Amino acid sequence: MINKSRKVKNTVMMSLFVISTILALVPLFGVLGYVVLNGIGALDFDFFTNLPKPLGVVGGGMANAIVGTLIIITIASIIGIPVGILAAIYLTEYDRTSWLSTAVRFTTDVLTGIPSIIIGIVVYTTIILRTKQFSAISGGIALAIIMVPLVIRSTEEMLKLVPHTIREAAYALGIPKWRAIINVVLPTAAKGILTGAMLGVARVSGETAPLLFTAFGNNYWAKSLNEPIAALPLQIYQYAISPYEDWHRQAWAGSLVLILLVMVLTISARLIFRTRKG
Amino acid sequence: MGQRITVKNLEAWYGPGAERTLKSINIEIPANQVTAIIGPSGCGKSTFVRCLNRMHDTLPGARVSGEILLEGQNIYDQDPVQLRKTVGMVFQKPNPFPSMSIYENVVAGLRLTGVRNKEKLMSTAEKSLKMAALWDEVSGRLNYSGMSLSGGQQQRLCIARALAVEPSVLLMDEPASALDPIATLRIEELIMELKKEYTIVIVTHNMQQAARIADTTAFFLNGELIEYGPTSEIFTNPMDKRTEDYITGRFG
Repeated sequence: MINKSRKVKNTVMMSLFVISTILALVPLFGVLGYVVLNGIGALDFDFFTNLPKPLGVVGGGMANAIVGTLIIITIASIIGIPVGILAAIYLTEYDRTSWLSTAVRFTTDVLTGIPSIIIGIVVYTTIILRTKQFSAISGGIALAIIMVPLVIRSTEEMLKLVPHTIREAAYALGIPKWRAIINVVLPTAAKGILTGAMLGVARVSGETAPLLFTAFGNNYWAKSLNEPIAALPLQIYQYAISPYEDWHRQAWAGSLVLILLVMVLTISARLIFRTRKG
Repeated sequence: MGQRITVKNLEAWYGPGAERTLKSINIEIPANQVTAIIGPSGCGKSTFVRCLNRMHDTLPGARVSGEILLEGQNIYDQDPVQLRKTVGMVFQKPNPFPSMSIYENVVAGLRLTGVRNKEKLMSTAEKSLKMAALWDEVSGRLNYSGMSLSGGQQQRLCIARALAVEPSVLLMDEPASALDPIATLRIEELIMELKKEYTIVIVTHNMQQAARIADTTAFFLNGELIEYGPTSEIFTNPMDKRTEDYITGRFG
């Protein structure tokens, strides 16, 4: 009898877990499947090599938006990753407890939760209104601002995982602190730090709102980093809200490419930095 | 060659307002001998050896007073980073650098302080690994990760790493407490060898170990040095009642 009620309870709980898991996964796979289904049809060679065609002309592609997204992400990474990692080194290695590091840590947490459109507005009012020019640079800066707290937090966690005994071992050999950090602590945490940074990159590559008033979008190739530049999320947004069937198809294809891009980034981050564990 | 250490009125604190961890320690540690520090947990023995290479007073908030003379030179007048090249240390748990190979681990103390000469590094690595009795086991796989070794091998790797910077004093904070009996035995044999070249100060929880390897033994209790003398004296004919109680297992 006890056995039976136990079995019943076990089955009930088990089904709860299974149902919840399925509930969580259905929308995920739904979105993915829907994008693939709708996007795959419009995805052809032209999509990767051609510029958008003028209104009313069927065909064309998003080559400029794909390249634009890669450029903006590169700018964001060049700024955001070093700043984030160096700040995290300061917070963990030099100053864990002072008011400054507490303030930075708190701000970082707040910044992680701020809606990204606000970052866009801030960059718009501080940079664009002054330079009077939408640009790839300002788009990159906006994304970097979103990235920095993510990188700080993930790097900090990774550095904290490096046992204190490793640092002591370095000091006990007469190795100066900065050398110990660069040659002992950082390499020990390298995989985790880089994985965190890559995930930060993946996270910002789909951002649309902050690019609306910074990179702005462009139907042609941008000739320099100081002019408006196309980006996949922007192009998707612009095409999706249009009334044209062909643009809708292209928006789906763009979404698919964006998802693939993020997926490649995430998976390669996991693969590259998981090769040699422990 | 080893160097002699003279400790005068050493006191240590872990933070402002914290209780004294070491109370007026006076001790003369002879060169080229093994000196064992014994005592129950929390008696200050680890703190004591960490004062000898200034790992203690460089902790945030920690403080010392008194003098520690290394061949007559006060170590508190020296740069702690430089001092640690003369006073090496081996820790309780083997702690090879995880990102480095066996070879890189051994020469880390040289490479990361500016030694670039490849031949010098290689010859030092070989010499240190031989002294640490690890050469025969690893000579064919110096490029393997230091973490691929067994616990006992890792600890000998750490000893080799400490020897590579050519210190004259070697501090060992319970170097065998995380190892099995056979690995422990190898470390002890190694210590007996090393004392020809180095002054060795070893913290140990294991009184048999102190009796086996130490020339002199110091007994610490509650931050005080209770008794200090030739190991045979301490273990067979202790002067202080508390020493006798501890070594006969009445407490601790």
